[in-house]
Amino acid sequence: MLERIKEIVAESLGTEAGTLTESTSFKEDLGADSLDLFEMVMALEEEFNVEIPTEDLEGIQTIGDVEAYIQNREK
Amino acid sequence: MTGKRVALVTGASRGIGRAIALRLAAEGCYVVINYNGSKEKAEEVQQEILQAGGQAHIYQCNVADFQACGEMFKDTISKMGHLDILVNNAGITKDGLLMGMSEEDFSKVVDTNLKGTFYCIRHAARTMIKQKKGRIINLSSIVGISGNAGQANYAASKAGVIGLTKSAAKELASRGITVNAIAPGFICTDMTQVLPEQVKEKIWAQIPMGGFGDPQDVAAAAAFFASEEAGYITGQVLMVDGGMAM
Repeated sequence: MLERIKEIVAESLGTEAGTLTESTSFKEDLGADSLDLFEMVMALEEEFNVEIPTEDLEGIQTIGDVEAYIQNREK
Repeated sequence: MTGKRVALVTGASRGIGRAIALRLAAEGCYVVINYNGSKEKAEEVQQEILQAGGQAHIYQCNVADFQACGEMFKDTISKMGHLDILVNNAGITKDGLLMGMSEEDFSKVVDTNLKGTFYCIRHAARTMIKQKKGRIINLSSIVGISGNAGQANYAASKAGVIGLTKSAAKELASRGITVNAIAPGFICTDMTQVLPEQVKEKIWAQIPMGGFGDPQDVAAAAAFFASEEAGYITGQVLMVDGGMAM
């Protein structure tokens, strides 16, 4: 799943999947603004078929956060 | 899925909304005709578009209902595959002097005119952001700029539409989405037809062009904002009012 997440993040934020790690922060490392994050979340929602409410966005700051969030929701 | 540009016009069964729907269809858009109460009128608009060789379907939804708006956009995207133009036109009036205006009459007008516009933008933006392209056109009113005795609720809702337009324009500009408003003056529609004769005469005297406008005058402005060529214009309020407010 982590690889798929990296690919989606890379595609949404215009970077290379290979440079991303679990601790990569969207805002600090990739310079994403809030609209970028919305776009990324929309792509993740489609890929993993989950709905990520806006309230939950604050807790999702890194690639690892995304993985944990989706795993949690899939349980 | 259609190759045509897809336009959703709220409150398109009558008046200005109807004229905008017909005009966009004539420009080659597939039009989703939103209506709330006037199904027959909406079907007439659809028929007129089909007879002229265009394409359109009707969709019932009260724009003051957030969930229902969400369903409308879901339905549109699943049927059409994309959404290129959103025209927030649906609006109501409940005129009366401020001192006697009920809370309900104030809220109802704000719910449809202002919140309804927000709801539709909120749901449409998702798709347009993904497309990195879109045109949003909101119907304000000249009274949202100048105010009008007896229309505190309507004027407040239409002034609100201007603030909403400019904020949305700033937020969405980086994604290729333009958001503009049109502020019509006095246009011959069912909404203005109900005004007493002496009120109409007074208004008439304030219009340099010397007459009321037609819905087509407003539709022409909407068609311009909706066009590909208007891609560098956003956050603007275009008054279509015969020079009433300058």
